[in-house]
Amino acid sequence: MMQNVIGASAKTLLSLLDRGEISAVELVTEHLQHIRRHNSVLNAVTEILDESALAAARAADAQRASGEHKPLAGLPLLHKDNFCTRNITTSCASKMLADFKPPYDATVVSHLHTAGTVTLGKCNMDEFAMGSSTESSFYGPCKNPWDVTRVPGGSSGGSAAAVAAGFAPWATGTDTGGSIRQPASLCGVTGLKPTYGRVSRYGIVAFASSLDQAGPIARSVEDCAMMLNHIAGEDPLDATTAAIDCPDFTHGLSDDINGLRIGLPRQYFGSHLDPAVAVLVHAAIAELEAAGAILVDIDLPLTHDAIATYYVIAPAEASANLARYDGVRFGHRCADPADLQDLYQRSRSEGFGEEVQRRILVGTYALSAGSYEAYFKKAQQVRRLIRADFDRAFESIDLIAGPAAPSVAFTLGAKNQDPLTMYMEDVFTLSVNLAGLPGLSLPAGFTEKLPVGLQLIGRAFDEATVLRAGHRYQMMTDWHQHRAPMISGVSS
Amino acid sequence: MSVTPEVVSQVAALARLDMTDADLPAVTERFARVLDMVASLHTIPTDGVMPMSNPHDMVQRLRDDIVTETDQRETLLAVAPQSEAGYFLVPKVID
Repeated sequence: MMQNVIGASAKTLLSLLDRGEISAVELVTEHLQHIRRHNSVLNAVTEILDESALAAARAADAQRASGEHKPLAGLPLLHKDNFCTRNITTSCASKMLADFKPPYDATVVSHLHTAGTVTLGKCNMDEFAMGSSTESSFYGPCKNPWDVTRVPGGSSGGSAAAVAAGFAPWATGTDTGGSIRQPASLCGVTGLKPTYGRVSRYGIVAFASSLDQAGPIARSVEDCAMMLNHIAGEDPLDATTAAIDCPDFTHGLSDDINGLRIGLPRQYFGSHLDPAVAVLVHAAIAELEAAGAILVDIDLPLTHDAIATYYVIAPAEASANLARYDGVRFGHRCADPADLQDLYQRSRSEGFGEEVQRRILVGTYALSAGSYEAYFKKAQQVRRLIRADFDRAFESIDLIAGPAAPSVAFTLGAKNQDPLTMYMEDVFTLSVNLAGLPGLSLPAGFTEKLPVGLQLIGRAFDEATVLRAGHRYQMMTDWHQHRAPMISGVSS
Repeated sequence: MSVTPEVVSQVAALARLDMTDADLPAVTERFARVLDMVASLHTIPTDGVMPMSNPHDMVQRLRDDIVTETDQRETLLAVAPQSEAGYFLVPKVID
């Protein structure tokens, strides 16, 4: 029974705990040992929290023995390292924050803690979540469990790789331009970016505040819905969270999708899409049609222009957010500063990596006098047009389907020499952030033994429809149940 | 190239980032590639379009003007690289 828990879904593990067939200590111990065994190869986890995890597991067992327990008591979890965890290093995979132990928990962390989950560790990521391959991490690149010569995607690459490798049944991620959905696609797991405003950003290291959103990376749509139930909702500590009721996202998952109108954007199936990926995404969409959905061709004409829009807005917001790292209040401080200017400049130049510095420069330029109108304001205007295109499409459809990423996982070093090549990775995801919509990536097959993801995009605050269609697909297929070699024991 | 090394130097100074003469050509080249890419925005007509800063056009929410925060001085100073006598420590700024 023991090896079966590695790679099992959160729902399965919870029912084992609820039935008393396994203890939280056994479950946590198994996962910690599995992480220890394989993390040196994958580099998906930057800090393993053996001691506190076992203590929390013991407490969960005691609680369960007493008859009254928290809903997810004893269920293991990993957090992306940009979620503040009280007194536990929150590095954002940057030298800047390598020694930062925040004095508080992010709202998401605190909600999941309150629900009873046990945090096993923190996950590797692109530095400050800026990247699509988890190669820009201060701790070195994370590898893809399906092929360790390839990247897991990014920026939540550590979370996606960890779930794919069975390090935990689920993990948190954040998505600013595709950082949950693209790594989920490349690692063969399920990832949800909720609607902007659905989940609190409080305590998540800020990258681009009008785009950032936290969400689950898990083994199934059901598990994503279960985590969303615990992390969604208005938060007085984040004024951008929406005062909109959260339904029980696990309720109605199994309802049929008869008559659901699914839009297929022509622009998502053009020359940017690898033909082998296109074949699998079309096959997945055909499954949805077989389940009763009605397919409609639609146009999202600004799909490609969303890249330019994003690479003005995200760096501009990042340059403002990252101005706080000054070597004074927290984070890296250079040695022996000559004066205050020197303290600022050297602390920042030593603490930030190349991609982060590039985005700060681009953002500073876009916001500077003389460029503001031509770049930042212009990008904000195009952003509204992008949103309007989605609004128009959703007048006649309920859901959009397409690829989550243009290709399967690429080899390490293949794209990180040229920023523009890397930026193309998010061509199908970042317009969803610009428009603030929910997006789901779920496993839709394999080409050359590498996973491919199907993306479903919904109306704002309509995660329920996205999840229902995704769950229907997972009831009809078993792609999400395929296990990476690391779990089945084929390799090392 | 859309941008000169002098401009990049000036922007780096605004962003409080060191820029050595040795790094400047390579940084400028990559910066310019990004800028050339985003310049494609200028071909999209946006006359009369209101800029969008929040995807749901949310407005600032106000709360009651009551004290909700407790004194966190010690906690926050504890994560500072250097502090003294209850203050953050920086190099001397006034002679």
